[in-house]
Amino acid sequence: MSGDYEIIIGLEVHVQLLTNSKLFCGCANKFNPDNPNVQTCPVCLGLPGSLPVMNRHAFDLSVRTALALNCRIAEFTRWDRKQYFYPDLPKAYQISQFDLPFSHSGWLDVRVDDETQTRVRLIRAHLEEDAGKNMHDETGSGAGSRVDLNRTGTPLLEIVSEPDIRSAVEARRYLEELKLLLTYIGVSDCNMQEGSLRCDANVNLHIPQDDGSKLATPIVEIKNMNSFSNVEIAIEYETRRLFAEWQETGARLGDIPKTTRGWDADRGVTFAQRGKEEAADYRYFPDPDLIPVTVTQDEIAGAKSELGELPTARADRFKSQFGLSAYDAKVIIERGPRFADYFDAVVEVCDEPKLAANWTTQEVLRELNDRGIQADEFHITPIVLGTMLQRVRDEKINNAGARKLFTAFLEAEAVAVADVDRLIDDMRLEVVSDTGQIEAVVQEVLAANPGPCADFRAGKQAAIGPLIGQCMKKLGAADPKLVRSTIVNLLTE
Amino acid sequence: MTVSQLLQQMESGATTSEQLVKNCLNRIAAEDETIHAFLYIDSDGALDAARSVDAKRANGRPTGLLAGLPVAVKDNICTRGLPTTCASRMLEPFVPPYDAHIVQQLRAADAVVIGKTNLDEFAMGSSTENSAFGATRNPADTDRSPGGSSGGSAAAVAAGFAPLSIGSDTGGSIRQPAAFCGVVGMKPTYGRVSRYGLVAFASSLDQIGPLANDVDGAARLLQVLAGYDKRDSTSINREVPNFVEGLQVPIEGLRIGIASEHLVEGLSEPIRHRFESTLDELRAAGATVVDVSLPHTKYCVATYYLIAPSEASSNLARYDGVHYGRRTENFDDLIDLYAASRAEGLGPEVKRRIMLGTYALSEGYSDKFYQRALKVRRLIRDDYDTAFANVDVIASPVTPTTAFRIGELVEDPLAMYLNDIYTISANLAGLPAISIPAGTDEAGLPIGFQLTAPAFEEFRLLKAAAMVERQQEVRS
Amino acid sequence: MSEKITIDEVRQVAKLSRLKLSEDELQQLSKQMGSILEYVAILDELNTDDVEPMAQAVEVRNAFRADELAESLPREDALANAPASDGRYFLVPDILKKG
Repeated sequence: MSGDYEIIIGLEVHVQLLTNSKLFCGCANKFNPDNPNVQTCPVCLGLPGSLPVMNRHAFDLSVRTALALNCRIAEFTRWDRKQYFYPDLPKAYQISQFDLPFSHSGWLDVRVDDETQTRVRLIRAHLEEDAGKNMHDETGSGAGSRVDLNRTGTPLLEIVSEPDIRSAVEARRYLEELKLLLTYIGVSDCNMQEGSLRCDANVNLHIPQDDGSKLATPIVEIKNMNSFSNVEIAIEYETRRLFAEWQETGARLGDIPKTTRGWDADRGVTFAQRGKEEAADYRYFPDPDLIPVTVTQDEIAGAKSELGELPTARADRFKSQFGLSAYDAKVIIERGPRFADYFDAVVEVCDEPKLAANWTTQEVLRELNDRGIQADEFHITPIVLGTMLQRVRDEKINNAGARKLFTAFLEAEAVAVADVDRLIDDMRLEVVSDTGQIEAVVQEVLAANPGPCADFRAGKQAAIGPLIGQCMKKLGAADPKLVRSTIVNLLTE
Repeated sequence: MTVSQLLQQMESGATTSEQLVKNCLNRIAAEDETIHAFLYIDSDGALDAARSVDAKRANGRPTGLLAGLPVAVKDNICTRGLPTTCASRMLEPFVPPYDAHIVQQLRAADAVVIGKTNLDEFAMGSSTENSAFGATRNPADTDRSPGGSSGGSAAAVAAGFAPLSIGSDTGGSIRQPAAFCGVVGMKPTYGRVSRYGLVAFASSLDQIGPLANDVDGAARLLQVLAGYDKRDSTSINREVPNFVEGLQVPIEGLRIGIASEHLVEGLSEPIRHRFESTLDELRAAGATVVDVSLPHTKYCVATYYLIAPSEASSNLARYDGVHYGRRTENFDDLIDLYAASRAEGLGPEVKRRIMLGTYALSEGYSDKFYQRALKVRRLIRDDYDTAFANVDVIASPVTPTTAFRIGELVEDPLAMYLNDIYTISANLAGLPAISIPAGTDEAGLPIGFQLTAPAFEEFRLLKAAAMVERQQEVRS
Repeated sequence: MSEKITIDEVRQVAKLSRLKLSEDELQQLSKQMGSILEYVAILDELNTDDVEPMAQAVEVRNAFRADELAESLPREDALANAPASDGRYFLVPDILKKG
């Protein structure tokens, strides 16, 4: 992002959809790297005579995703064969979508930082099948590659952005927002380590010329980045390398075809990759074994209404309706939909959003992290926490009491709503507010402590401290200010 | 004996399935060395299955529609545990771990699969000379081709090796060999019979169909093959009517269309003669013959020979020596592995069609060739829709000539392709069509008569075919 | 419009199709493909500007299956027809290996 040039980035992201079974057959859609070739059948093995049949849920999840990304859904869509030869592709073609993808023309708004937001437009999103895994012989002993076809036929959504991204940081943020959105609507895990999200970056530079025009350099495709931060680092590296290369060669867009470079995370560099097939001719044509799909306006409207609240909208609601700070809203949203559901459920019970936010983002979140569990697996349910917070709101217990109560909840194996009040009683956490009761206790304590009373009357303000303390102990819980003023009143009468 | 008669004999106890199978196996042993209809014979499996059916019958348990009948299956249809080679070196070692849908249907109907029949390699051809394992001979004259690609299936029925057989038809591959061998062969409406387990040649054209000695046998077999299969996206979810009951009831006032475009130069005189005579016989039985026009007939072969190879080039790309099939032993690297395995495993006609298809789909040419052919296809289909507004069925010859000699056409691909001139359009349009024996030429070589019906009108087609068959019997 | 194909184009198509062909085969194919392409040029007689391509013979739409699990093949069956396998994986020569 230097003043010397503009960085133009487009991202192509593949996400694996969360279906039970594969896209065209009933084999399990499960990450299973240690047990090769056990999730296959004649269809995904591409055996002679096998035929594909489209998984309805995969299509529904795709439509859901496209709607969440503001895309237009095509009323007529179909699948095409993309033909090439590779050992991880048993049919020697991938069933994908070519000229009639099921969705196009959407966008994703990306918060780059606290001040900046950018809109990244999407060209299209289409549904295709994944290939298997080809494991090269790393030892170079010539033993050859091993092919595992467990993954063939897994449903993949390919999301292609316009080259609207302008920095490596923006690229990382785009991926993070995409992951947040897609996990929120339950379509994918978007886990780069497990391969359920894969990303290729297309990068070039626009270099301002003396005459005011901008010179575009050839495009490079970067592959093999396996984490969001690696995407950022790789793009940063590549832009520096591209600029240096341009300074040396002066090559412009169109002079040479798009090149492909792999990212080497260990050495922190990109390296030239052998082109797949000089400008591969995929010979796309509609797959005659599959039937086109039509989607009606009613169905689209129905899917839209089932979409639920998207994370951005939810964060906005937290801020505008609940008055949460941007920070708190962010924390809740980013922890995922189950956590946000937990928070919403707590608010529903206690009607104190800010109080609920404090407790969930601090105490609850800490516990979830320590225990390595999700909010809906937490034994302190929203109704229990919400009830406790009702008591705080109603000033039946104070913060100190609430903390003690929460600790007691944590130590229990299970907590029912009835336990809230029962424990408050057992642990004497209820704040005493009856002035008569307070006065009686104060009288008792003053009577037992003539010395400090005298000291106070003599002008030693500090002497009141221990008196307050003793009263509080006797009362269990009370408003210290009220206790103090009662003592002061009695002592200055 | 007809299928109907065989079923009666078994039901009455006059014979058993085991006996039938033994008779077939004996006949095969005696004559198949000459005919070469079979690539694989499953004697043990067939006898076991036969005995099971006999036991079922003996115990009074219900049996399926084809109970005890031996059936030969074309070797491009997957049979679990039995070799399925598609008559190709590429799949010589291949044993599928699954049954095709229709094979499951056959077993459920208590039919006895007796063996796998020879074909043109990957169903590409019209003579069965393209088999990597030797040509099949026409039982009517063993110097001649039985036709193709289902030559083995047609010859098996004609030679009495099995009363029923199963073929596949992409451009006429059931009907043309049925005509050459003098048996009944039918291609159903596209989508009527599941393709799950049929090794794909041209996916939008392929259909599995029955061959038998008579229309009734073909109808009974079709009854078992037809029906929705959710494992085939192109399978039609539509009720299957009863094809057998009422088959012999003639269609009152049957209107038969004939297209002038069909009666062209190149149609041999004996065939023209038998065609006209058969029409006369039908008129005598009360049918009316009406002129219809199928103006795009002359474009059918060209359209087919762009669409079929294009789809084939894609369907056969999976034969790469990596996951199944034969792998070369001579290669330098991976690309070489592919290219050499495929060169060694695939025959010249298959290579020719793959090359043609790859070219027709390639960048810059796809619109001109493949997409253009798809458009002409629609015009061909529209011709039929228009014609069927006025007629019940359309009649035509099946082949331009009777069976040619083995070796006669194999060097001239284009001449071979033109054999399909009458059968191709039913595949392009997706319509059901049947070839019924309608006499012979002076040399005694069989001549076929073809009927085509609108989509899903197989029963009408079979009834009309039965009318033709009865007229043949009357005549003889 | 008469369409012929050059030997170089045939070579290129053979590469795309992954078919190793001898010079003789290439020559013969070039002739045969040429005559077939010349024959299919008959389609140029027709004006198909307003015609929708007919990719399939069925007018069906939306053929789906439920997202249900079905039994997979046991590994031995999946690998049974493999030309080369180590009992767990399909084996292929390394892509980059030469010689």
